[in-house]
Amino acid sequence: MTRALVSVPKTARRGEIVDIRAMIAHPMETGYRMGPNGAEIPRHIITRLVCTYGGDEVFAAEFFPAMSANPFVSFSLIAAESGTVSFAWTDDTGQTETASAEIVVS
Amino acid sequence: MRRPAASLIALALLAGAASAGDIAPGERRSGSAFMAPETQAMQADDTSNPGMLWVLQGAGLWGEKAGRSGRSCAGCHGEAVASMRGTAARYPALDAASGKPIDLTGRISQCRTERQGAPALARESDALLAITTFVAHQSRGLPVAPPEEPRLDPYRETGRQLFTTRMGQLDLSCANCHDDNWNQRLAGSAVTQAHPTGYPLYRLEWQSIGSLQRRMRNCMIGVRAEPFASGSEEFIALELYLMQRAAGMAIETPGVRP
Repeated sequence: MTRALVSVPKTARRGEIVDIRAMIAHPMETGYRMGPNGAEIPRHIITRLVCTYGGDEVFAAEFFPAMSANPFVSFSLIAAESGTVSFAWTDDTGQTETASAEIVVS
Repeated sequence: MRRPAASLIALALLAGAASAGDIAPGERRSGSAFMAPETQAMQADDTSNPGMLWVLQGAGLWGEKAGRSGRSCAGCHGEAVASMRGTAARYPALDAASGKPIDLTGRISQCRTERQGAPALARESDALLAITTFVAHQSRGLPVAPPEEPRLDPYRETGRQLFTTRMGQLDLSCANCHDDNWNQRLAGSAVTQAHPTGYPLYRLEWQSIGSLQRRMRNCMIGVRAEPFASGSEEFIALELYLMQRAAGMAIETPGVRP
């Protein structure tokens, strides 16, 4: 189950700069830690976040082991037209989790 | 007229200083009041509060059917917004069947195994923490309201004794820090008054949500005492005393702490 919180304003005026926030539940295991039996805990992090707006990529980020668990990202966007703001997080295992929100531009 | 009044106040202050111990009601402050403004902002905004991820998970589990009964939490309790409002503010409460106090997590576990007929969830598991956080979140903003139940009083007294008993290699009681030195700092961190109003809460140090018992275990390891067992009577007695001590303060679940 994807546990992600995305915050996108429901409505905006055309040309307005809006705040976009996204947070996803993920352990972001660095790969540098040892378990109780002395065995290495394998690395398990999100490596890439891609955000699309109306189908076009508007923001992307690469993540590294120094990122905290449950990474939070915030950026701004110019509201050009009504559409879907989608997020896709891909981790080390190749698994991609998604979340999206609609914005209505008037 | 003025002078007697002033000396009365001075006397009262002296008396207060002499009986170090309980924090005056007007001086009580939530742990969040001791945090940096950035951490306070993180807690205040639901889109940046990581605890909301567990509230979200808990909301999902609330509606999920489990066990032999084939019923979900919502199947009996309906919408949590209405049915669970104020519940966390009353716990730990008396469990009528056993005649002993039970905390919110214990009650949820009991409901799950006895009424839903589902396999028990481990006490500090993500799923159980998520349901507890979701239920406690429904009381956010409401004052802590410990039940006026005389049968709980002996347990509250046990809790008070545990709180004021020195323990561990460092030979410190909870009260040594949290009643007597809450306005000091310990190695750069605020000591705080130990009010349990934000639990389960997200600790940046843990990178996860955790229970009040986990926090107390931390403190016990800190004074090099052997922690009580998870879900033990001692922890529940301490929780009862802490809730009594924080009566009237607002619930913040999910809190964020450094």
